[in-house]
Amino acid sequence: MKIVACIKQVPDTEAEVKWDIPGGKLKRDAMDSITNPFDEFALEEALLTRENHDGEIVAISMGPEKAMDVLRNCLALTVNEVKLCTDPAFEGSDTFATASVLAAAIKKLGDVDIVFCGKQSTDGNTGVVGAAMASILGWSQLTYVSKIRSIDAAGKKIVVERAIEGGTEVVEAKLPAVVSVLKGINEPRLPNLMGIRKASKMEIPQWNAADLGIDTGKVGTAGASTKVVEIAVPPPRGAGEILKGEIEEIANTLTDKLIDMKVIK
Amino acid sequence: MANDVWVYIEHKDGAVTPMSFELLGIGKTLADGFGSNLCAFVIGEGVDAIAKEAGTYGASKVIAVDAGVFKGFRADAYAKAAAFLFDKYKPGVALFRATSQGTDIAAAAAAQLGSGICSDAIGLAVDGGKLKMTKAAFGGNYTVTVVNEKSQPQIATVRPKAFAMPVQDASKSAEVVKESFVVDEGSLNTKVLEFIKSAVAINLVEADIIVSGGRGLGNPEGFALLKELAEVIGGGVGASRAAVDSGWISVEHQVGQTGKTVKPKIYIACGISGAIQHLAGMRTSDCIVAINKDPDAPIFKAATFGIVGDYKQVVPKLVEKFKGKLGK
Repeated sequence: MKIVACIKQVPDTEAEVKWDIPGGKLKRDAMDSITNPFDEFALEEALLTRENHDGEIVAISMGPEKAMDVLRNCLALTVNEVKLCTDPAFEGSDTFATASVLAAAIKKLGDVDIVFCGKQSTDGNTGVVGAAMASILGWSQLTYVSKIRSIDAAGKKIVVERAIEGGTEVVEAKLPAVVSVLKGINEPRLPNLMGIRKASKMEIPQWNAADLGIDTGKVGTAGASTKVVEIAVPPPRGAGEILKGEIEEIANTLTDKLIDMKVIK
Repeated sequence: MANDVWVYIEHKDGAVTPMSFELLGIGKTLADGFGSNLCAFVIGEGVDAIAKEAGTYGASKVIAVDAGVFKGFRADAYAKAAAFLFDKYKPGVALFRATSQGTDIAAAAAAQLGSGICSDAIGLAVDGGKLKMTKAAFGGNYTVTVVNEKSQPQIATVRPKAFAMPVQDASKSAEVVKESFVVDEGSLNTKVLEFIKSAVAINLVEADIIVSGGRGLGNPEGFALLKELAEVIGGGVGASRAAVDSGWISVEHQVGQTGKTVKPKIYIACGISGAIQHLAGMRTSDCIVAINKDPDAPIFKAATFGIVGDYKQVVPKLVEKFKGKLGK
């Protein structure tokens, strides 16, 4: 099987966010970065799938050159190959442009059976790139996946569980498929020292817009259908009231206040 | 019409809840802003009743795609139907709820039209004839406002409960237009085998009351106390990432940047310190109650009411008081 894992580099969720305000973009180069936490589950699922079904894993990412770091981590975790889709023209891409670039890379790899991605990123929070990729490729769109029940590589079929509102939906789908996974589907492993050492010396191949046959007018800031007009910090919640006194008295006051809201029946 | 506002009415195998019609409220505000019409659209099998009900929530027109192949939601089938409707009617704006279903169909339909979308919008307004769409980034620590002057329709998914529910008026009705669009079963990629209902009765995203626990609970047994309180006041049980990662409670309860974003009327945080990643998922709750032993915990800066104390003493006391006052 040929397995692809889509990995995004995001600013460290603990780090200070730096904006290019006039451009409506993030200054990605100026921030500490990590692998998008949701993508760790996608990568682990790719590793587990390779263990159970043989095959090879290609980890791909779109981002600035600095995004090499997250692909190097994939190499340390023994993926077979990595590709970084990077081009100044990709900067400022919206959901469709991002999905188009990744879909073009997946097509260029050829004969891919299954693509894993995380449910969403922790920076843009859009959660639609996996679904958009499936739609562009015309492949099975399997989102919110909490478990892979079975993969029949020869019969080109997959059965997954999707954790959606109110319960779990069991879906059978044709391969190839784009599978976006939820936190909790597995326990992501950590790379070992030998893996890290080996990966540190490996070359990270890059694909630019021309390599991918992408019209630069249709991606990045130039091609984005949505344009950022304002970035703001939401007003802080005013600190409220600390209830003081004996526990009996506090519980009495609080339950009165909450019951007065007429939400509790 | 070029500026008409369309709202997708989601249903589960033909069943709707009032929340299915939620976006007709903000949809009407936007249509009034544009001086255009509010239309609902519904895709499924046997959706006449749903189409009719959409009229009572304020849609002036309802477009229904009704065929056997649309029995049960499937992203590829539904997105093809949506893309067909958008191409035929050319609405200005199309809104979907940011649920699993709404996100799936919006993402796929937008991709078929070659356009980006604004996902999980928390603010929508017409300003100078343009639609301004605001969404949270970095889990709510920033808001980003975007406009889309290239796509028709401009597509947004909207966070549940971000806007007020429209008032139902049984005397109102809409013109219902049926579109005979079908897709060939053979061209579809997926088949739903079964649906297993969750044992967790309350969907946190739609819950009005949530009792949540964090690392400060100290052990998984702490959640038994929280569950008791939640049951007495009719709420769901939430958790911080720390509690989930410690294996004390399953991931479907997680609130925060890598969990669910919730907006209950009452959020009771027990033993949760209030890291920005957690606040990101619950900071827009109407009333936040924080119970924590540490008086310096950041959660108190966001709390409407704070109690500095041990949840093991406070929570049972709250249960006792609520039981007495609510006659339970």
